[in-house]
Amino acid sequence: MLRVLSAFLLLVALAPASWATIDTWDFETPEQQKRYITLTEELRCPKCDGQSIGGSNAPIANDLREVVYNKLVNGESDQDIVDFMVDRYGEFVLYRPRATGKTFWLWAGPFLFFGIGLVVLLVIIQRSRKMQKQPAVNKGLTEEERRRVQQLLDDDASGEGKV
Amino acid sequence: MRRVLLLLPLILLLAMGVLFYRGLSLDDEVPSALVSRPFPAFELPSLTDPDRKLTQDMLKGEISLVNVWGTWCPTCYTEHGYLMELQNRGVVIFGMNYKDDTDKARQWIAELDNPYKEIFVDDGPMGIELGVRGAPETFLVDAQGVIRYKHEGDMNERIWQEKFVPLIEKIEIEQIRSGGQ
Repeated sequence: MLRVLSAFLLLVALAPASWATIDTWDFETPEQQKRYITLTEELRCPKCDGQSIGGSNAPIANDLREVVYNKLVNGESDQDIVDFMVDRYGEFVLYRPRATGKTFWLWAGPFLFFGIGLVVLLVIIQRSRKMQKQPAVNKGLTEEERRRVQQLLDDDASGEGKV
Repeated sequence: MRRVLLLLPLILLLAMGVLFYRGLSLDDEVPSALVSRPFPAFELPSLTDPDRKLTQDMLKGEISLVNVWGTWCPTCYTEHGYLMELQNRGVVIFGMNYKDDTDKARQWIAELDNPYKEIFVDDGPMGIELGVRGAPETFLVDAQGVIRYKHEGDMNERIWQEKFVPLIEKIEIEQIRSGGQ
């Protein structure tokens, strides 16, 4: 039983490794291979929204990997290859959207919100510092208040004595 | 004033919730990068007569549809009846038999009838030129051979009336105007 279980677990553990797409391309240089890996990771598979063409086994991803490889070997630049893809599949294929007018807020948004957050945080800190200083300015109870407190305490003490 | 400030994060959160919730039900249709560009050049064999080469020039002269299909694609089977219907109404449809077994494709046409004026055969490269993500896909091409729209998924009466008919009317008006000048 234990043997079956461990065999099963081993199978489950190894499965993802065998799912990964492994192509047997030959590259001329290690640098070319590195560019291939970067490109296939940065280009989104047009059919399967959540995956890069490097991470997908969809037929279209296979085709596009082949295109990337052929273009690399033919000496085209990364920019040429990315332009080729955008030309046909639109900006959609870019995992790293270009910084254009249309995508301005996409790029600026995080910094903008971080800035707003920082300002809010500073204001809050400033305020709480002011609050801490205030009791020092206001020197406790006035003479009149002190007398009244004493009276209340006295009254209470005498009341207790009666019980 | 302070109250409002305190409620602001909650209001923002709710607003984002509404925005994202709406995003869930949005159409995930990606507009084709090829819209308003000429149909890419090709020279590919005809399915019915493999010795004959077909080119993009056959798309010029009248408004037409180019339908990307394959026998491996179940949705293509679903839409086939509607393509026949469109053909009966006089719509010109060209077919691109995409990554298919040509014998099976010929059998499909023989058995289910042929809605296409011409069919050209592509093993994949033309699909990439066209930015095809899957099948079926249907391009609307004007009389100058320029792509005007692409629909992904099956063709049906709703899609035809909502997406294609208004655009075809617009193209026809354009043509009358440019012809008159």
